[in-house]
Amino acid sequence: MNLRTIAFNNLRRRKGRMAFLLAGLLIGVATVVTLFSLTTSLTLDAEHKLDSYGANIVITPKRDDLSLSYGGITLAGVNVTQNELRMADLQRIGDIENFNNVAGIAPKVLGAVEIKGVRVLLMGVSPEVEFALKRWWNVDGRTLAEDNELVVGSSAAQRLGLATGEQVIIDGSDFVITGILQPTGSQDDELVIGTLALAQRLFAKEGLVSLVEVAALCAGCPIEEMVEQIAAVLPQAEVNAIQQVVKTRMHALAQFQTFALGISAVVLFIGALVVLVTMMGSVNERTREIGIFRALGFRRGHVVALIEIEAVTVSCFAGLFGYLLGMAATRMILPFLVEAHLEIIWDLRLAGGALLLAVVVGALASLYPALHASRMEPTTALRAL
Amino acid sequence: MSLIKITSLSKHYLGADTVVALDGIDLEIHSGSFVGMMGPSGSGKSTFLSILGGLCQPGSGRVVVNNIDLYALGSEQLADFRREYLGFVFQAFNLIPYLTALENVMLPMAVMSLPAREKRRRAQEVLERVGLGTRVGHLPNQLSGGEQERVAIARALVNKPPLILADEPTGSLDSATSSEIMALLAELHREGQTIVMVTHNPENQAWFHRTVSLRDGLVASDIATAAPLRAAAG
Repeated sequence: MNLRTIAFNNLRRRKGRMAFLLAGLLIGVATVVTLFSLTTSLTLDAEHKLDSYGANIVITPKRDDLSLSYGGITLAGVNVTQNELRMADLQRIGDIENFNNVAGIAPKVLGAVEIKGVRVLLMGVSPEVEFALKRWWNVDGRTLAEDNELVVGSSAAQRLGLATGEQVIIDGSDFVITGILQPTGSQDDELVIGTLALAQRLFAKEGLVSLVEVAALCAGCPIEEMVEQIAAVLPQAEVNAIQQVVKTRMHALAQFQTFALGISAVVLFIGALVVLVTMMGSVNERTREIGIFRALGFRRGHVVALIEIEAVTVSCFAGLFGYLLGMAATRMILPFLVEAHLEIIWDLRLAGGALLLAVVVGALASLYPALHASRMEPTTALRAL
Repeated sequence: MSLIKITSLSKHYLGADTVVALDGIDLEIHSGSFVGMMGPSGSGKSTFLSILGGLCQPGSGRVVVNNIDLYALGSEQLADFRREYLGFVFQAFNLIPYLTALENVMLPMAVMSLPAREKRRRAQEVLERVGLGTRVGHLPNQLSGGEQERVAIARALVNKPPLILADEPTGSLDSATSSEIMALLAELHREGQTIVMVTHNPENQAWFHRTVSLRDGLVASDIATAAPLRAAAG
């Protein structure tokens, strides 16, 4: 027999009241868990969507001139110096702190070639990296396997009258068209794509690259920090983040998180009020009982401890069931928010957090009723004496 | 030996009509006494018992029990005093309805650092002492009025306090059961227990070693009983 025995026995006796208290707190915790796990799942979803968007950092050689291009109209710039990027230098990206966030490094060599008497832009790429990053590239035919193979953008193919399997001559060498890119609505439609080695040979840029695209694949990536880290290891390069994509996503998620926090706070506040009112009612119902405890030698602290043990016990159940209910709600709601890549994270830290939250809210909301009970004078409480 | 020494004890309930519950009482009670506090309704006997039990602050005066000046103690020390030095027996039994007889008896030990087994042993022993050794697992609503009163007495005894305070312990019992309870209290007294009991039932007077009558907050009479029924009960 100790305070726990009394508390547990009382909880068993007052099932209805305790169920009400449990429900109040449980709904609060479940709401927090639902919103939190939804945010986590949506962040994860955004991460995968970013993956589909491809590269989000571009590395180009440092230029000393200003771009004279706007809205598709280009004027000749005054090129003072032109630094080159070396393939060997790209290995230094492996040294940056956030290299774990780098999902792919795609170097490119650009230059103009003449096919069937028409000048077109040829882009040399590392096929396995480039085609993996640009998931929106759908090729009719197949991608590149050899240095004498080409894939042609849809507009270029139409303009040049090229078809899959056709042979073309560039600088006196024969090449086979292995595939035609389906229209992408971008500049890629006007490209002829070959291997990196081919472009370096054609443009006499062995060991050099024109630009590099880097894919940093995580929603919470410190993109700006990564840009600084890459710029530090490649001082001769201009490193820029394609920030719109990342920032728009991050902004939307941040707004949702703020909204979720606000809703959680309101629901938890209501839950705390339910606990406060229920415990206050319970204390007033038990006036005589508390008087007996005090008459038998329970200190005020013992009475506070007794009420708090009851509150914390119910809160533990509310935390546990609130977590499970919240996860179940997430499972039901998530399909309406995310079209694909449905992923629910069973996070032990979230479970622990839900439990802690329930206990803290339950204990704090019960503090006033507990103090109120402890301040009752034994004679007032007993009335028998 | 003096166990209780009360000096100039007063208690006034202030309000539109101020009620004088106690008006300067001096009283000394020796260890091993069985004292009955009697008097009509409003005579101040319940207030007297509340103050003696450390439950209600007096207006003025001193209450010394076992050489402890009660109202010089803080609220928490007073609670400790009640637990260690007093056993209460209430008129309405005041058992906790969701605890068994054994658990009710263990209640004063709930906040004491004793091994669970020792608490259980002591409670079992005292329940056997009051004749309820076979009813330990019953809830109060499964016990008769007399049995509930015995559980309340067992609870008052479990910490072996030097003083038991009883407030109308037979007030809600029939006469046969009342006699049984009084016989039990008399037996405890014979074993050396000091008991102060408030009652308005004149029949109980026969059991007391000493009867103090209160009227209008004052001691109206203080009579020692020559041959109380306790001797007969023994």
